[in-house]
Amino acid sequence: MTKYLYLFPLTLLFFSHLCGAANGKLLATPGVSQVEGSAGGGLVPWAQLAGYASEDEIAINGFCSRASVSDYRLDVCGAQLNWHDRIELSYAHQRFDVPALELQIEQNIFAAKIRIYGDLVYSRWPQLSAGIQHKRLQDPLVANLLGARHEQGTDLYLSASKLHLGAAFGYNWLWNLTGRYTQANQLGLLGFGAENKHASLQFETSTAVLLNNHLAFGIEYRQKPDQLGIKEDDWQDIFIAWFPNKTVSFTLAWLDLGSIAGANNQTGWYLSVNGYL
Amino acid sequence: MKTLFFILSLLISISACSLQSSGTLYEKLGEESGISAIVEDLIGLIGEDKQLFHFFAETKVSRFRNKLIEHLCFISDGPCVYTGDNMEDVHTGMHISEADFNRMVELLQQAMTTNQVPLPTQNLLLARLAPMRHQIVHI
Ligand code: HEM
Repeated sequence: MTKYLYLFPLTLLFFSHLCGAANGKLLATPGVSQVEGSAGGGLVPWAQLAGYASEDEIAINGFCSRASVSDYRLDVCGAQLNWHDRIELSYAHQRFDVPALELQIEQNIFAAKIRIYGDLVYSRWPQLSAGIQHKRLQDPLVANLLGARHEQGTDLYLSASKLHLGAAFGYNWLWNLTGRYTQANQLGLLGFGAENKHASLQFETSTAVLLNNHLAFGIEYRQKPDQLGIKEDDWQDIFIAWFPNKTVSFTLAWLDLGSIAGANNQTGWYLSVNGYL
Repeated sequence: MKTLFFILSLLISISACSLQSSGTLYEKLGEESGISAIVEDLIGLIGEDKQLFHFFAETKVSRFRNKLIEHLCFISDGPCVYTGDNMEDVHTGMHISEADFNRMVELLQQAMTTNQVPLPTQNLLLARLAPMRHQIVHI
């Protein structure tokens, strides 16, 4: 399966040559890519679909992100295809590093999102999308030792987002609310489920202000299930994202991920680069 | 903690007041001369825009200029009456796409920036135009 993964970016490139760069949305409005590869903030998937494709365009995007906290590091790279601002297909590869143990855990995430209603900027009610993230853990050893029950899992989510023009003292204000049905432990990197635990609904939210057309400043909060006996905390971050033009963006964030696998107070930096075609 | 929140919200409300400079949106846009200059620059930008120019190929520019100035004056609470045709009638049959609409927004932003309209004022004008989109695209 993974042998053929390189085909994905190649297919994307092929399509991008057919279609030309997508341009139909306003700068910064698609947002960036979250750690599982869906369009969103850094941690939370948003209702927007990735890239600048509007109703009759196709967008193709790639991204790489690094989260570096006290005892761990997470590297993610991925790509998304946006078809007519209706369907988003994405793939992301995560590599989780525990330097102290010289341990690595890798995971693949295949995801899809569909826009159900509305437009982030123009519709009266918020844009509404539904998504699915299918995760396959490649190194399940640690997950098994900690008592996780599965090596694969599928998250379902519903997301509402709205940009209010001029609403924050004249500045544009964005908010997002996502409900996720999940049984992933730490994104799935520590497996899925646990003895006597069931999948549960978790809430995630983001809000940002556009300081100008190129610069967004915001915060995110992601509720997490706490299923293994080792304490899993909610995640939060404060971020600034820079969109110099419609082909690239850079995101810098300060993360507070709480306790991860027994190590407390995991805080640190997050840096992400997105390319849009 | 509570006092901190109190002080914080007080500060925010005070700064909100000072930012919310009084006057209508029309005044913030520079009244008639401000709006005329913005529209003039917008027309110049449309004339050079690959995506939008073809829509205006047969437009009488003098009428478009006057009606658009009137329209912007009217929707920004200025002392004007809009005497042009309504948005549906004007744009029917043009098959304007969502991307075309956003392109127009970008050119308008550029025209306002050229005329030193502060960003909050730009956003407030866009907030009044945005609800009209459904009367303009795909009709
Ligand atoms: C909120 C956005 C818009 C507003 C407020 C607006 C407003 C107006 C006004 C006031 C007129 C003059 C009407 C008259 O002559 O009676 C006009 C004409 C026109 N508009 Fe728009 N417009 C908008 C968006 C667009 C867009 C996105 C396009 C094309 C991409 C467009 C294309 C035209 C054209 C081609 C005319 C000239 C029609 C003619 O030749 O008579 N407009 N518009």
